[in-house]
Amino acid sequence: MYQRASSVRATALAAAAVALTLSAPVAVQAAGDTITLGAAVSLTGKYTTAGNHTKNGYELAIKRINEKGGVTVGGKTYKLAIKYYDDESTPARGAQLAERLIQQDGIKFMLGPYSSGLTKAIAPVTEKYKIPMVEGNGASRSLFNKGYKYLFAVLSTSEQYLKEAINLAAQQAKKAGKDPSSVKVAVVVENDPFSLDIRAGILEDAARYGMKVVIDDKFPKEVNDMSSSLTKVRALKPDVLVVSGHSKGASLVTRQLAETRIDVPMLALTHCESAKVTDKAKFGDKAEYTLCATQWAPTMSYSDKWFGSAADYAKTFKAAYDYTPPYQAAESSAAVLVYADALARAGALDTKKVRDALAATDMQTFYGNIKFDATGKNIAKPMALRQIQGGEYKVVAPAKWAAAKLIFPRPKWSER
Amino acid sequence: MNNLDLLFQDPILIVQLLIDGLLVGAVFALAAYGMALVWGVMNVINIAQGELVILGGYISYYLYVAGLHPLLTVPLAAAAMYVVGWLLYRAVIFRVVDKDLFISLLATFGISILLQQVMNEAFGADIRNTDPGLSTWFLFNDMVTVAQVKVVSFVFAIVLGASLVWFLKVSRLGQAIRATAQNARAARIMGIDTDRVYATTFSINAAICGAAGALVAMIWVVHPYIGLTYTVRSFMIVIVAGLGNLVGVIVAGLGLGVVENFAGFLLGAEFQTAFLFTLLVVILVGRNLLLRRQRRYLK
Repeated sequence: MYQRASSVRATALAAAAVALTLSAPVAVQAAGDTITLGAAVSLTGKYTTAGNHTKNGYELAIKRINEKGGVTVGGKTYKLAIKYYDDESTPARGAQLAERLIQQDGIKFMLGPYSSGLTKAIAPVTEKYKIPMVEGNGASRSLFNKGYKYLFAVLSTSEQYLKEAINLAAQQAKKAGKDPSSVKVAVVVENDPFSLDIRAGILEDAARYGMKVVIDDKFPKEVNDMSSSLTKVRALKPDVLVVSGHSKGASLVTRQLAETRIDVPMLALTHCESAKVTDKAKFGDKAEYTLCATQWAPTMSYSDKWFGSAADYAKTFKAAYDYTPPYQAAESSAAVLVYADALARAGALDTKKVRDALAATDMQTFYGNIKFDATGKNIAKPMALRQIQGGEYKVVAPAKWAAAKLIFPRPKWSER
Repeated sequence: MNNLDLLFQDPILIVQLLIDGLLVGAVFALAAYGMALVWGVMNVINIAQGELVILGGYISYYLYVAGLHPLLTVPLAAAAMYVVGWLLYRAVIFRVVDKDLFISLLATFGISILLQQVMNEAFGADIRNTDPGLSTWFLFNDMVTVAQVKVVSFVFAIVLGASLVWFLKVSRLGQAIRATAQNARAARIMGIDTDRVYATTFSINAAICGAAGALVAMIWVVHPYIGLTYTVRSFMIVIVAGLGNLVGVIVAGLGLGVVENFAGFLLGAEFQTAFLFTLLVVILVGRNLLLRRQRRYLK
């Protein structure tokens, strides 16, 4: 009898304790002295590598901003923090997590995920709840033609990635006394939004010069082998080969092009840095003379008050994470810096005021100049093109930061 | 289809596409072989096949990083995966062998997800590959290039396949496996330890996947989340070849590789996978019609 009563009481007490802890107020995103930003990043799945670069970029920026005294909003100083969820590289999951961050966790300021696909899934959610999102890893043009008012992107949009390669090819044709329209272009991309945008940009630029596109292949995501496309390259002999397939695509084409000994005067890729194509142990010299699109390079002359110059940022990042920061990390850090600047200018933590402050951003960061147009894309920062010369990335375009001359055409395999 | 004229203008391209297709198909045929074995003997469709391949690839990669030549890692990866297969059988598979097909599908699906995440945590998400330092053969006046690494893997795959067919035909264990595949209950009555046969079969499958994985790491790349391709292709090849037909699996694998390559060349890379699956449907429907005419039906 006594046994039963005391055990009932014990259970009741335990239940009450559990209920109390569960009903504790949801972490208010500006509790005390911390402003918590929210982010869904890819920690598992197809985009894990780049998702990790993104998270490291965010974390480094938060650390540096807090070290330098945090952010002063309306006379009060706050530290910044980020709440992360793993979106598993799946757009549907990303959208779910965005809802969760905004509805359950009370996040008022969002940072973007990795990849255009995921950003496209999350943008409607942040737009619905009128929560600003600053992203650095979703470059697809189609994000900016939907009239979103709360989306801001610090990176150059995807169709600009390899524009310079086509321009360079046209210049080289003129130099050789030929008409630019005689240049033959081959495009091999993966069938995902980002790569398809690259392709759209290339096709537009090629059309402008009247160039012929002799190969236009779109690979399904699971395909590993590029033999059929490379056989076409061998048969049709294009002057420019453009390949975009994230890290896997860059890695595969570097090796398979060398294996098949196919000569192409100009090879332009994306994601060279992510795929580490200059790593001699993995690729030897196979990646020499490849043109790589980059949003940012540590050699550029941008700087800001938190990180100093681009080279300083690279040094700080390397010291913290033991690898050279790819542009995915740099643009993620830049996104956080944009928030630090906008929050201070907004003078209050109201989402509408912060959104307006973001729209009025006009600043230089170690990553580049940032100024948003009405649709939210960054119109102040051009893409750069680097060529791998002597195992290192050297900026060859645009002319303002060119550290080396373009080597064209690529020496034949038989001559190397 | 304007690339079709290219083939007529330059028939040597047909040779290139054929060779490439065969070499690529061989690795898939190997993975399919293991799946056919497990499916035929244990009636378990191993959804984790691709992940076992990738795991084998990672083992090969880490042995390579430790200093071994990639070709030497193939048998070692196979041996290591044999053990992994045994452990998987003892932990999970033996519980679902004589249950409904759906349950074993679910179990292996779970294993595949588990392996993906474990590999991601343990090995990180960078794409990895090994470099055997082999070069290229140039044939027909440099118009056809054959990467030696692909030829090596082709030879490995064929030798492994052939030795497995021989092993199943000649050895006692092979006999036991075939007996169990025909009728598990009768085999048990005849004194065969079917549990041990199942364990060995699953382990052999894992070993085959390990070898295939080492080859994949040499030719392409490995990454925790790209195993699905191998699972799907193996499944497709086994269906085309039919369950009991192990030699057919190798032939179907090679054939599918060739078809895919030609489809990519003629129709464009975006239609490679679609064409393959359309062909699968056509083959299945055609086979069904043929059997119906002969008044025979698939079991």
